[in-house]
Amino acid sequence: MLLVLALAPLLLGFTRKVKARLLRRRGPPVLQPYRDLLRLIRKEAVIADNASWLFRSGPYMIFAATWVAAALVPTFATGLTFSWAADLIAITALIGSARFFLALVGMDVGTSFGGIGSSREMMFASLAEPATIMIVFTVALVAGSTQLSSIANHMLDHASLRVSLGLALVALIIVAVAENARIPVDNPATHLELTMVHEAMVLEYSGRHLAMIELAAAVKLLLYVSLIACIFVPWGLAPAGASLAAYAIGLAAYVAKLLVGGFVLVLFETSIAKMRVFRVPDFIGIALMLGLLGTLLRFVSGSF
Amino acid sequence: MPAVLVLWAVAALLVAAALGVALHRARFASRAIYLISLAASLVILVAAGSHLLAGAPASPGVHLPVGLPWIGAHFRIDALSAFFLVVTSLGGAIASLYAIGYGEHEEAPGRVLPFYPAFLAGMTLVVLADDAFTFLLAWEFMSLSSWALVMAHHHDADNRAAGYIYIVMASFGTLTLLLAFGLLAGPDGGYTFDAIRRAEHVMPGVVLLLMMVGAGSKAGLVPLHVWLPLAHPAAPSHVSALMSGVMTKVAVYGFVRVVFDLLGSPGWWWSSILLTVGGTSAVLGVLSALMQRDLKRLLAFSTIENIGIVFIGLGLALAFKANGMAAAAALALTAALLHAFNHSLFKSLLFFGAGAVLTATGERDIEKLGGLIRTMPQTAFLFLGGCLAISALPPLNGFVSEWMTFQAVLLSPALPQWVLKLLVPAIGAVLALGAALSAACFVRAFGIAFLGRARTPAAAAAHETDRASLAAMGLCLLLCLAVGILPGLLIDLLGPVVQGLVGARMPQQSSLPWLSIVPVAESRSSYNGLLLFLFILLSTLITIEAIHRFASHRVRRSPPWDCGFPDPNPATQYTADSFSQPIRRVFGTLVFRASERVDMPPPGDTRPARLVVSVRDTIWETFYAPISDLVSVTGERLNRLQFLSIRQYLSLVFAALVGLLIMVSIWQ
Repeated sequence: MLLVLALAPLLLGFTRKVKARLLRRRGPPVLQPYRDLLRLIRKEAVIADNASWLFRSGPYMIFAATWVAAALVPTFATGLTFSWAADLIAITALIGSARFFLALVGMDVGTSFGGIGSSREMMFASLAEPATIMIVFTVALVAGSTQLSSIANHMLDHASLRVSLGLALVALIIVAVAENARIPVDNPATHLELTMVHEAMVLEYSGRHLAMIELAAAVKLLLYVSLIACIFVPWGLAPAGASLAAYAIGLAAYVAKLLVGGFVLVLFETSIAKMRVFRVPDFIGIALMLGLLGTLLRFVSGSF
Repeated sequence: MPAVLVLWAVAALLVAAALGVALHRARFASRAIYLISLAASLVILVAAGSHLLAGAPASPGVHLPVGLPWIGAHFRIDALSAFFLVVTSLGGAIASLYAIGYGEHEEAPGRVLPFYPAFLAGMTLVVLADDAFTFLLAWEFMSLSSWALVMAHHHDADNRAAGYIYIVMASFGTLTLLLAFGLLAGPDGGYTFDAIRRAEHVMPGVVLLLMMVGAGSKAGLVPLHVWLPLAHPAAPSHVSALMSGVMTKVAVYGFVRVVFDLLGSPGWWWSSILLTVGGTSAVLGVLSALMQRDLKRLLAFSTIENIGIVFIGLGLALAFKANGMAAAAALALTAALLHAFNHSLFKSLLFFGAGAVLTATGERDIEKLGGLIRTMPQTAFLFLGGCLAISALPPLNGFVSEWMTFQAVLLSPALPQWVLKLLVPAIGAVLALGAALSAACFVRAFGIAFLGRARTPAAAAAHETDRASLAAMGLCLLLCLAVGILPGLLIDLLGPVVQGLVGARMPQQSSLPWLSIVPVAESRSSYNGLLLFLFILLSTLITIEAIHRFASHRVRRSPPWDCGFPDPNPATQYTADSFSQPIRRVFGTLVFRASERVDMPPPGDTRPARLVVSVRDTIWETFYAPISDLVSVTGERLNRLQFLSIRQYLSLVFAALVGLLIMVSIWQ
């Protein structure tokens, strides 16, 4: 659990650095997100006059739900002690809980920007969540399980190229981009723009509350990269009860996967322009259709 | 003898109804009637619950010599009826508790007090009935008493219209049920359920369709749902909770009783009808809910969605049962029944919350609310819990039943029929879409009504509701949480129910370590609400502790920033309509033929520009408008018959006589 917490800002810093380099800028140091968080934590929190208890407790709940979801994804070893407590569907729903609270706190103060952000976030989610469930179905039907550990083990043992898995991978990447408010859907580096979604919801936050939300966003990015790595490239994952060396290899492989994942994400981001809000449903709709197609193929025949 | 005990409780309810007529002017009447209802419901709850806890042993029925002389009235409790008695009596008990406080605000208690216990008695009798005649009689009693409650505030024209549509649809539903039981009983007329079970059935497919219409219209399946979003909100809030949370479950009971129990082995194509109708209801219900501004109507539409989910579960169970996959059928049926139970809890909670808001502000329109979390903090907290539960978010109960339905979907590639192979994944997508949309719907409902700033003086002057109401809502939320974190116990209780209907049950859950639930095998899937709840609790506490230890404690209050453009006028907040605008644009253009038009005055004209949004009720226009047009046109034509001369009447009578004689001669 602590590993994801420690690595999440690093991944964020890495993506920012690479993005800056790709744009021929020097970019902030890789460790900058840690410094930002520390600075935010030390600052006083400015809260709107009419903010309720939900506004103040929301960041903690958002962070906790995201953290628990991320902790349930195998990172470098499959034998998590409590992996049976929640399967992929439950992880999806946990992310849904975090989003639910995020959308609510966006509306708490009663500003127009907060409402815009919440409304759009829920619209994206209304397509992204079914897409995720369809991806889960596809993967679960291939692996015969919705448990992430079992899925990873199955993929390790019976690695083969399958059409349905390819569809699911593309769909999951689209969902990950949308869920993490990355570029074609939302711009993480913007304020004062009518198209912002995630930033609009957290506009009123400052100080330690903002730090929690930023950290939750970083953990969520890490979660999706780990999820893709765990399902589609499970190589290097240490099995349950492996030797220390296996764990070391697993950890190194995990960090390498994160770096590759972050790099690919940034490459994608810099090569595409941001979409209009009402084209985003088409974009996420593609993910939904791909997921549904993958599931259908699996229903029709076991060989896809 | 639990059945006798329950019958005595029903008798007490009927006495209470009579007392309600006699005493409604007395000041203590409201409290007394609701206390009696509460006590009677608790007696039923204990009787049915202990029967279920004991593993539902076979118990002899009760035969009362009332009703038709050669039939009498048969009552019996088996596992299925015990479970649904628990649902009805638990809902009834909590609603009565709520009404002890809420009923004080009633302007015309004489219109509510007599019918409320009668309504409870009617629902209990439907579940208890063991022959077709008693079943139908109790069903009609339930419909009529609830109709009277819908008409309680009949000064409002909308309520009268709602009552009119309700009574027409309810009568039509009972008619189809009558035909269904007629087919079931066959030419020999064996009306007891035992006789029906033994009999050879003619045209079981037709019985299924008739049941879909009869029970489905009461439950609110699309396209028979039109009365529901009108009638449920029209009643007083505790009755709305009963109608939405409990009466729809009685309809589900009727359907399950006939289709799974009485009708014998199903055909596989039945399930495809159930799945299609259930899926349509799920999506259409929640999309319509997203378009509503009336809080109670929004909740009523969301009931349609949840009933859709229940029927998807039932459809899967039928498909598995028809193909002899008993274990999978048990999973799907358990999921459906569990969702019915869960829905009765959180929907009651949400209607109670809406009622509390209604008494505090006099408003049902969420566009005129806002900021209630500050004036009604406890109600807001409880309502938020209900929103979380209905949006299927872990670790509350809505997620558990939805998760189990997903697991049942994942078992269905083994179904041999191609239609089902193609249909079930689509239904899975529809289910996921419904869950995501309902999260959006309840973010909207809670966010607009309870968060933000007060939009009207009435909302600003709201006050916390009374303690009885809060206790009822708190009890609902506690039960939601309990079922969410310990679902295994309830699943085990459902074991005998499911065993009796599909011939298998889910594996014993309560003996598993950490009380997790495992529908099929641990390597396949498992879920542990308790651990998840503890994890979330623990990580929240750790975070708060860490932040409070290491972070700055300083807090400064200031006006909202809003990107530098704060506007003190609360009308500049996001409204409910603007919140749902993106979703209306994405889904609504197809489903509701929604359109937006900007009415921009030409330069020089001083009238304001307007945005005109039109949303059309496609179901009403496609199915009902032609029927109602036909009825009025025919009525208009036949109206002429009232003004004939005596000769014309006599010739009409003569023509009818000749016609009948010709028919008789041809018949022979």
